[in-house]
Amino acid sequence: MNLRAVWAIYRMEMARAFRTVLQSIVSPVISTSLYFVVFGSAIGSRITEIDGISYGAFIVPGLIMLSLLTQSISNASFAIYFPKFVGSIYELLSAPVSYLEIVIAYVGGAATKSILLGLIILATASLFVPLTIQHPFWMVGFLVLTAVTFSLFGFIIGIWAKSFEQLQLVPLLIITPLTFLGGSFYSIDMLPGIWRTVTLFNPVVYLISGFRWSFFGKSDVSVGVSLGMTIVFLLVCIAIVAWIFRTGYRLRN
Amino acid sequence: MPSILSISGVSKTYATGFTALKEVNLDIERGEIFALLGPNGAGKTTLISIVCGIVNRSSGTVTVDGHDINRDYRAARSLIGLVPQELTIDAFESVWATVNYSRGLFGKPANPAFVEKVLRDLSLWEKRDAKAITLSGGMKRRLMIAKALSHEPRVLFLDEPTAGVDVELRQDMWAMVRRLREDGVTIILTTHYIEEAEAMADRVGVINRGEIILVENKAELMHKLGRKRLVMELRSPLTAIPETFSRYALELSPDGGQLTYTYDNQAERPGVASLIRDLEAGGIQFRDIDTQNSSLEEIFVNLVRREP
Repeated sequence: MNLRAVWAIYRMEMARAFRTVLQSIVSPVISTSLYFVVFGSAIGSRITEIDGISYGAFIVPGLIMLSLLTQSISNASFAIYFPKFVGSIYELLSAPVSYLEIVIAYVGGAATKSILLGLIILATASLFVPLTIQHPFWMVGFLVLTAVTFSLFGFIIGIWAKSFEQLQLVPLLIITPLTFLGGSFYSIDMLPGIWRTVTLFNPVVYLISGFRWSFFGKSDVSVGVSLGMTIVFLLVCIAIVAWIFRTGYRLRN
Repeated sequence: MPSILSISGVSKTYATGFTALKEVNLDIERGEIFALLGPNGAGKTTLISIVCGIVNRSSGTVTVDGHDINRDYRAARSLIGLVPQELTIDAFESVWATVNYSRGLFGKPANPAFVEKVLRDLSLWEKRDAKAITLSGGMKRRLMIAKALSHEPRVLFLDEPTAGVDVELRQDMWAMVRRLREDGVTIILTTHYIEEAEAMADRVGVINRGEIILVENKAELMHKLGRKRLVMELRSPLTAIPETFSRYALELSPDGGQLTYTYDNQAERPGVASLIRDLEAGGIQFRDIDTQNSSLEEIFVNLVRREP
């Protein structure tokens, strides 16, 4: 294993985040605060409690997941798309690194950034609402699993994309709607019957539900199903990445 | 000693159906400077990209110092440094960070003293903290070379290294290439500038339409394929070449003061002696005479043109 290469790529990716500290850290803190002002205070004051949890606290896991998903995808997709776009990918492809090492380094970097971001949002949220985390181990587990899975997904998009427009397409048209409709701001029990069933086809529901359970011990769907769905999605992404590397798809052709 | 790079039966057909390389066979000797010449789109960059692992080949085998580039890709690639044609650098990284990154990527332990030497050799040390985006074109080219040299390669590919660089940098690069060769590094360069190959290469390969059409020792090539010119300064200008000289390939300068005879120096009877005799007999006198070898460029153009 070329650990030096993994470390070199990882460090380069992390350096990129710290170079753009305003965008990486300050911007999520501001947007989280805005969500709390709008949803927590303005709207939340009219919704007292969901499942015995104050609305302000209820939306925290959803908000973290919202950022975790979108940031994991955009970090990883940009990290691999940008060298493709400017042409500097030649160096990566000509280096004595295995595909596995490339994935570990890029996905590791993207996931680390979004986990840090999730923790920053959690810290910001705790300034607005009192929070208790009932299952901290599982909270971290869901955080890491989701960050890794969606960073892998972003990596796939970054390799697939041939233009900046395509790079934005999937996050904008699929991920953002799924996240907003995945129960970030409400319990799916609040939906009418038919929509409740439709919602169950949305994979993001399982992520948010499981993550919320780790905070409050309450969830829309069972934790086992949440965990299972997340792992299934992770395996699908791993299978696609393996196929990309076996065929050299959009990299070595 | 076995060759350091062995390319055997390598073909490449892109997904679009375009065949960039057809059954290419090429062996590069250890420690030589090999110039690969060819017109645009001949397949030079594709060939280099295959050896370096950037593009998958359709068929054939490639070994670097005995290591197969697929089965033993780590050993093969760690021996190779590549300076691509395009200036493709992460624009926002500093010179120091990006060169150290390259070294790490190739699995080498950090060695600030060595990286400093590479940067000093390429006159980049003063710019070590500058971001790549702020460098001039020539500096960027030096940076690309520094990245390729950062991991101490034994085989260096220079794809059009001096395209668009000024004379001074070109001279610097030639000097650097010679230094590397003295250290035992094998250098393969592609170029449009024939004088570059002429000045530096030990051997020359010509590629055209995806096929290697010639590989030859440079001196032998110039000798074998070279045409010579005999230039005569006439005492009194001529208005036209007399009919009696029609069997010689003669050209008259526009002012009529210079007569040029082009001949094949490999021919059994180049015709120089008989021409001079005939000129004397015809009363055409010259005050000076000079012979010129044709340049590699002319040889190259002739070769490529000859292809159907």
